Amino acid sequence: MQVPAHVEYERASSVAHALSLLARYGPEARILAGGHSLIPMMKLRLAQPETLIDINGLSELSYIEMTGGELRIGTLTRHAQLLDSAAAGEHFPILHDAEKVIADPVVRNWGTVGGSLCQADPSEDLSAAFAALKASMVICGPDGSRTVSAREFHTGPYETVIAAGEMLTEIRIPARPGGGSAYEKVGRRVGDWPVGAAGAAIWLDGDVVADAGIGLTAVGAHQFAAPEAEEFLRGAPATEESFARAGEIAAEHCRPASDQRGPADYKRHLAHELTARALRRALRRARGG
Amino acid sequence: MSSPRARCAGHCAGPGAADVQITVTVNGSAFTGDVEPRLLLIHFLRDHLGLTGSHWGCDTSNCGACVVWLDETPVKSCTVLTAMADGHRVLTVEGLERGGRLDPVQEGFARCHGLQCGFCTPGMMLTARWLLDHNPDPSPDEIREALSGQVCRCTGYENIVRAVRWAAQPQGGDGHGDHRSAPGGSQ
Repeated sequence: MQVPAHVEYERASSVAHALSLLARYGPEARILAGGHSLIPMMKLRLAQPETLIDINGLSELSYIEMTGGELRIGTLTRHAQLLDSAAAGEHFPILHDAEKVIADPVVRNWGTVGGSLCQADPSEDLSAAFAALKASMVICGPDGSRTVSAREFHTGPYETVIAAGEMLTEIRIPARPGGGSAYEKVGRRVGDWPVGAAGAAIWLDGDVVADAGIGLTAVGAHQFAAPEAEEFLRGAPATEESFARAGEIAAEHCRPASDQRGPADYKRHLAHELTARALRRALRRARGG
Repeated sequence: MSSPRARCAGHCAGPGAADVQITVTVNGSAFTGDVEPRLLLIHFLRDHLGLTGSHWGCDTSNCGACVVWLDETPVKSCTVLTAMADGHRVLTVEGLERGGRLDPVQEGFARCHGLQCGFCTPGMMLTARWLLDHNPDPSPDEIREALSGQVCRCTGYENIVRAVRWAAQPQGGDGHGDHRSAPGGSQ
């Protein structure tokens, strides 16, 4: 039987209260959102917090809204809510692509967007999607809030820039005209973590790529991104040849590790192929297809 | 700062953290009491309330044998702390029937041989009920998608899909399986 170790439990009644509880209980306290990453880690003693601070009552952290040219997603938004959001699907179909292949419908009912990001698993799908979209993360702490780019958020496997006493409250994605996006994942079976996955966002100026964002999952890409491939695409014609080359570049710069999900060579192949596929589908969407 | 108890928490059988008081409405009946913060909802339902219809399977939120509703939503109760259910409603398979009458989903599973050993069945039925409340006429593919987080090792799923389809038909559905206005549903 797997059960978590003894742990103290506090229920936060507001963001300010959650921050004061974090301050009171110190660095061994953890925010508990859906718990679908943290509780399994606690069962295995891979995480052993002294105190859980439950934020599930903070409905003010559960929202998806277009405001000021940005899509804003509250940290407590459940995966199922993001998958159901027409605004998210309309502006950033990559988010729906990714959500459809995260775990299963029942897990998505309770697991949260913010919890997934803060778990910072190198195989987590939304991290690459947000990297591709050049999103930013709002982090609240005792001295107020700060905003960091999605590409500065992760400091390594299972590590983020969130310091003791701070918590993630919101994800922001700038909406820019002329864009399209997509996510492509290969897993061993339905609902599993990816062997490899790639997300792409593309913004067009006529037939030329004005800007591109590429996110990579589970293939050892620094900060889930492929900046060299993005740089190549900027100003390049939006063609199959450009996308194939971008895939090659993305694969050259990632550092996949062989593990039970597959050998490094295969993962590198996936980084190449899935980047090209995601770009292809993102282009179709940018053109209204 | 680390308390002695926290340091040895994984190994000691010593006293736990402070209990937390909860009030949970399970199948329309309110329960108020103190529980350990680490107590998982599945164990609370089975071991504290004696509601053994919900099954405890993989422990890793993969198999779905432990699915119950938390308010309006099916969740995997092996990965939810009981404390998180405070102030909420829980629906288990014991609460599916109404006035001695089986939910059409239950009747469908019986009529269409949607179960063999029965281990996965309570979770399957709770997710199926939720699906039919939101999509009264789901296609076989939609049923398979909705149940894709739940594992059956006996049936090959064919009869489970048939059972849910049966419950969706007029003779089965009839709209009387909606638990969103269940007793205790004031949340």
